[in-house]
Amino acid sequence: MAFLEIDGVHKSYGHHEVLKGVTLNVERHEVVCLIGASGSGKSTLLRCVNALEDIQDGVIRIDGDTVTGAGVDLNALRRDVGIVFQSYNLFPHMSVLENIMLAPMRVGGVKKREALERAERLLESVGMEDKAKSYPDMLSGGQQQRVAIVRALAMQPRVMLLDEITAALDPELVGDVLEIVRELAHGGLTMLLATHEMGFAKEVASQVCFLDAGSILERGSAQDIFENPREERTQQFLSRVVKSGRL
Amino acid sequence: MSTSSLVNEELQPSPTPAPPRPVFAVAMVGLVFAVVVSLVMVKAVLMLRHFNHDGPVSTTVGVILVVLTLYAWYPAAKALGAGQQRASLLSQDQLVPSRRIAARGREDALIAMGYAAAGLIVALLLIIVLAKDGGVATTFFALHPIRLSFNQVIHAFWINIWVACVSEVLVLILGLVVAIVRMLPGRAGAPLRMIAMVYCDIFRAIPAIVVIMLIVFGLPLTGVRFFQTMPLTWLGIIALTLTYSAYVSEVYRAGLASIHPSQSAAARSLGLSYTQTLRTVLVPQAVRRVIPPLLNDFISLQKDTALLSVAAISEALLVAKLWEAQLFNLSPIALVAAFFIIITIPQARFVDYLIDRDAARRAGK
Ligand SMILES: Nc1ncnc2c1ncn2[C@@H]1O[C@H](COP(=O)(O)OP(=O)(O)O)[C@@H](O)[C@H]1O
Ligand SMILES: [Mg+2]
Repeated sequence: MAFLEIDGVHKSYGHHEVLKGVTLNVERHEVVCLIGASGSGKSTLLRCVNALEDIQDGVIRIDGDTVTGAGVDLNALRRDVGIVFQSYNLFPHMSVLENIMLAPMRVGGVKKREALERAERLLESVGMEDKAKSYPDMLSGGQQQRVAIVRALAMQPRVMLLDEITAALDPELVGDVLEIVRELAHGGLTMLLATHEMGFAKEVASQVCFLDAGSILERGSAQDIFENPREERTQQFLSRVVKSGRL
Repeated sequence: MSTSSLVNEELQPSPTPAPPRPVFAVAMVGLVFAVVVSLVMVKAVLMLRHFNHDGPVSTTVGVILVVLTLYAWYPAAKALGAGQQRASLLSQDQLVPSRRIAARGREDALIAMGYAAAGLIVALLLIIVLAKDGGVATTFFALHPIRLSFNQVIHAFWINIWVACVSEVLVLILGLVVAIVRMLPGRAGAPLRMIAMVYCDIFRAIPAIVVIMLIVFGLPLTGVRFFQTMPLTWLGIIALTLTYSAYVSEVYRAGLASIHPSQSAAARSLGLSYTQTLRTVLVPQAVRRVIPPLLNDFISLQKDTALLSVAAISEALLVAKLWEAQLFNLSPIALVAAFFIIITIPQARFVDYLIDRDAARRAGK
């Protein structure tokens, strides 16, 4: 049984069906990349996995536990699933340290001393120990995104969802952030990530899924998808990406 | 030459330089206006001296006022000079420099008019106050009644301040509670949401003065001992708190609604519960945002403490009215007005300061 199982998930906003039966398995220590045009449903799928959206049909299981439907302790689920958003979403009224320590202390029941140590260690490993006391507004986008990753990691999640985390960054800041993700991948963290960085996807993904209009049209190794896409829609999408200079 | 359909040179011709705008006429108007205002001020100052029986204070004040109006003459004169310069530059075909001079001259002329207009308003107010041999002055600003009533009125005014402060603290709390109840999620929250909504609707509908009469006179009549032994001032505080919490809860609600949903998503994704998200993420941000409108409501609450006079609570207005009835002079009541002005103006400036600071922060400074 796969660690994260997404099985026939349907999601609609009103009458607009955004996910049309998505099935996707992520094994432990595996990194799966979602690619697809803007509006194809990548963010929606990730938000469903974290139960930020409810789904109309299908099942999502994490380590065998169903996380969808009534009677699920969402707060417990979310402790195991970290998510990082495209727009960072740091809490602007809290310092970097407070952002990171909030959830471990309030949700994880970690003592302040320990939470502080953990936060400082994590900040150091992303090269941001000198910004611990800063507020998000004072940081660059790349720095904010690194803090957001650390904030999610501080809960020691078993799977991380990354939603186009470099899409809002200036090109020269993308590298630092991807470097961290690369390190996480090598460290064996299970990850599901939506990305437009095809080069990076090639490098870290064990599986790439092409999402088109709410369903997974094609999946396979990065090699297969990028070099020999079978579906015409995939080919079109990739050629558009190449034109925009992203591959 | 152009190959792109996005660029069309015919539609984007280089403009011919505009001629300088005229200066002389505006400058002349500014100067005449400034001179007239100074003359009006001289007239007002003469009235002031007459009213004050040529006392030295009025003479000093008068000289200062007249000198201040002279200040408008200076930019007007500068504008006239600019008009001449513009003409001479233009005759030498120096288009750009003459345009710059003209712009500066027009600006100076407008500055002169602005100062002169301010001077005119002050002068006219002075004339109105002193008209009919100081009729306005003796009605509102008679020194003798003010002196007699001052002590009692200022003592009573402490009650206004005390009532306002206590009510504000209570309103801060009750308003937030109501706002949060109105945002409770799910079916479980529905009945409470409903109650909170009805409360807001009712207390925003009833005029404050009616709430005060109903509560201050009504609650003790209910026979409940707690209310019968309660001091009138506290009943007044209850009435004001109930009225203003309804308004303030709307302010809080707008503040909470203005926080982007991504903040809540980020908090929930970390495992924080709904309540924890409210307490640690949403409310702290909302409160910061609503401080200016909140202070505006507080200024209005402070003024409404004067309504407690209808309920026989001896705050400043009630005391002042007793003096007014005794002396047949409105000055004690004008004194109350002055007290309210004195406590309100710093707060109004403080609100402005906060708004400016927020704007600056949003502009990324
Ligand atoms: N909160 C929402 N309400 C209504 N429609 C939404 C909402 N969020 C996303 N959608 C729609 O769902 C579709 C997929 O969006 P999204 O998952 O953000 O795509 P992607 O991340 O692949 O660009 C889009 O058509 C978008 O308009
Ligand atoms: Mg998206």
